[in-house]
Amino acid sequence: MSSLHMRTASRAAAPLVSHAARLELLEYYLAHHEDLVRCAQASVDWLARHTGVRRALCLAVDSEASQLVGLAGAGITIDDVELFSLSLSETQDPLVRALFSAEPTVVRPPRVNGHTTRVNVFGASPFTAVPLRGARGTDDEAVGLLLVRPGTSVGSDLTWLATVLGQKIDQIRGRGSLAEEVRKLRRERALFFTIINAVTDPIMLTDTEGRLIVANARAEKLFAATEEESEGRRRAVELNNMLFSAALSRTVVEAPSEARELLLVDPSDGSDLLFEVLSTTVEDPREGTGIVSVLRNITDLRRATEQIEENYQKLRIAEVAVRAERDRLNLIIDSVADPIIVTDQAGATVLMNAPAEELFTVAPDAEDLAQRTVQSNDAHFSSFISGLLLGETGPGEIRRGEIGLMNPSTSEQIPVEAIAGKVLTETGELTAVVTILHDRREALERTRLYEQLRVASDELQMRVQSATAELATQNELLRRQAIELEQASRLKSQFLANMSHEFRTPLNAILGYTHMLLQGVAGDLAANVKRQLTRIDSNGRHLLTIINEILDITRIEAGKMPMQVSEFNLNELVSEVMTELDPVIARSRLAVSARLSADAPIMSTDRQKVKQIVVNLLTNALKFTHQGGVEIGVNFEPGKHMAAVAVRDSGIGIAPENHEKIFEDFRQVDDSPSRQYGGTGLGLAICRRLANALGGRITLQSNIGQGSTFTLSIPAEAPQ
Amino acid sequence: MNDKAHLILVVDDYQDAREMYAEYLQFSGFRVAEAKNGNEAVEQAFALKPDLILMDLSLPGMDGWEATRRLKADDSTKHIPIVALTGHALAGASEGAKRAGCDSFVTKPCLPDDLVVEVRRMLNTVKQG
Repeated sequence: MSSLHMRTASRAAAPLVSHAARLELLEYYLAHHEDLVRCAQASVDWLARHTGVRRALCLAVDSEASQLVGLAGAGITIDDVELFSLSLSETQDPLVRALFSAEPTVVRPPRVNGHTTRVNVFGASPFTAVPLRGARGTDDEAVGLLLVRPGTSVGSDLTWLATVLGQKIDQIRGRGSLAEEVRKLRRERALFFTIINAVTDPIMLTDTEGRLIVANARAEKLFAATEEESEGRRRAVELNNMLFSAALSRTVVEAPSEARELLLVDPSDGSDLLFEVLSTTVEDPREGTGIVSVLRNITDLRRATEQIEENYQKLRIAEVAVRAERDRLNLIIDSVADPIIVTDQAGATVLMNAPAEELFTVAPDAEDLAQRTVQSNDAHFSSFISGLLLGETGPGEIRRGEIGLMNPSTSEQIPVEAIAGKVLTETGELTAVVTILHDRREALERTRLYEQLRVASDELQMRVQSATAELATQNELLRRQAIELEQASRLKSQFLANMSHEFRTPLNAILGYTHMLLQGVAGDLAANVKRQLTRIDSNGRHLLTIINEILDITRIEAGKMPMQVSEFNLNELVSEVMTELDPVIARSRLAVSARLSADAPIMSTDRQKVKQIVVNLLTNALKFTHQGGVEIGVNFEPGKHMAAVAVRDSGIGIAPENHEKIFEDFRQVDDSPSRQYGGTGLGLAICRRLANALGGRITLQSNIGQGSTFTLSIPAEAPQ
Repeated sequence: MNDKAHLILVVDDYQDAREMYAEYLQFSGFRVAEAKNGNEAVEQAFALKPDLILMDLSLPGMDGWEATRRLKADDSTKHIPIVALTGHALAGASEGAKRAGCDSFVTKPCLPDDLVVEVRRMLNTVKQG
């Protein structure tokens, strides 16, 4: 790709070419008498500036190569100039033929006299080819051609120029090869572009409106795009041109020499690129005012700056955090009531908290005693810490020791336990020693208190032991008392049993003789004697009943009434009782009936005991009922293995509050000595005991005046 | 009173009771012999061969159980029904009496009338047997 584009700015044609202008060109020829290309360029530029020619191309004959080559052009691209080459062997080419023409020839491409020139720098427009002749006049072959457009007329200025330019070319060519001249120039030009292309920053020459004149490779990437390139890239280039133009106009107007920042788009990837633009206005005699702009990419720089800024902020934050951490640590250290001292590896104090300061620092104006105390404390501490510093303690180990310190302000003895640990670096070097001094007075006090507590506890324990022993003694005494009581109870029962036996023997005689007298053994008795004997008899019988019942209770309590289990029919038992009590029933004149169980109530229990209960219940019913009747009901529930004998009377009834009382020993509802009803009051108590022995119970349903129902409920089979 | 009347041997150490029963049995038409301890009871039984013996079990010297055992062990006296008389209502007394060979058991106190009923019942039983 070509590295160079060049175009001329449009200019108005000068109305008149003055002598001064011609003189100026000739002076230039003199000043650059060895530079063929510059002279040619100056010539076409002069033509463009001072005459109506808008486009011009100067060609010279290279005798060695036998071709026409381009020297300079105005209004056409540099490529068109440099790449121009036409072999002189093309004799039919209008340009080659023009070389041999004495007068200027008008060439009309594409077709001139049946021949077409390869030259197309002027497009399809016709142009004038003016032969440039050397000093030897018109006879010779021309040294070159000056192609101008429009080629309407060849004025005196053009003719003059052709003459002086031809002579100049001839003059310079006479001293050296044209080709060498051209090559030298081209090398310089190539070097120039190599240099500016080597600059990584975009460099551009623009006109004052920002239109691109010369740009290096880097600038072209930003500001130039061909038709073949992508839509996005072309749009980016267009945008960059607009941005640059705007920036340039501001630079020119506001601050010509100041660097300013310009944000462009990278056409290759669309990313932002930040440039610093430095523009310098240059005056060129040929090109007029131009602006050279050097763009320095500061995107990375800006990014780096931002990074630095960010890092700095982070650093600041970290610093604040560290400071806060340190403050917190200081607060923690200060808040510890125990003295904390941090010493460096040489034993010098680095840090101490307030409690430590109280022990190890003293005001300079303090009294001597305090000064000496602090020195003494310091010496004690140093002696303790030196062991650690001398390496007597392994890494990670804690050194403990007891130090006797003294409070400088109060001269109070403070025994402390010092606990010191090493602070090592990552490489294991000792950097500091942290020592905590723990006041042992509290611990000592606690030990003392603990000892007191232990003594108290021991004492308490001893007391508890002695109390326990006493309790054990008491228990033993109670146990013995219980045994004695049991023995006493047994003796009592035995005594009562013996007593009742002893009672019976004389009572047997009393009742027997009374009975005999009443039977008339001693002959007929007077009525009053018979009545008196009857009193003896009934009281004797009562006494016998009492004795028998007392005997029953004592036997039950003494466990001397074992179960005599046999199988029997409860219906038959009830019938038997009724038969035995028939005389009593007859005397009562009450309606007494039995309602026997439909199922055969076969029992397997102590028949004698059951009978005794039923007799007692029926006797009671007869005794406390004055009118109405008594009914004995037998209920048998084989499924539940339970049997019940209920004795219901229409008697005086018993108030609910007395239901329990009547089952107690020697109790009747009426306890008064003058009570209406006879009996010992032991009957129900015995019945209840017997029922319990059979595994059953006696229940009562009754109320005053509503009769009573006593029910014996027992299991059909006696408990084992 | 006649020779045909049954002879009852009343054995009891308590004189009042013994004489009371004896008196009432005589009043009721029986012939009565008395013994006040076990030895006398055995001697009298062998000598008199009574129709029935009323035997108090608690006796000084040889007791009622031992006397009963001896009488029941002898062929000449074993047929004589022995009705035990005891004030011991404690359980086992009647069992002991039966094991010793007593044919019936009456608990004191026992009214003379009731005793006579039992005596007659036992004599009838022997007669029928």
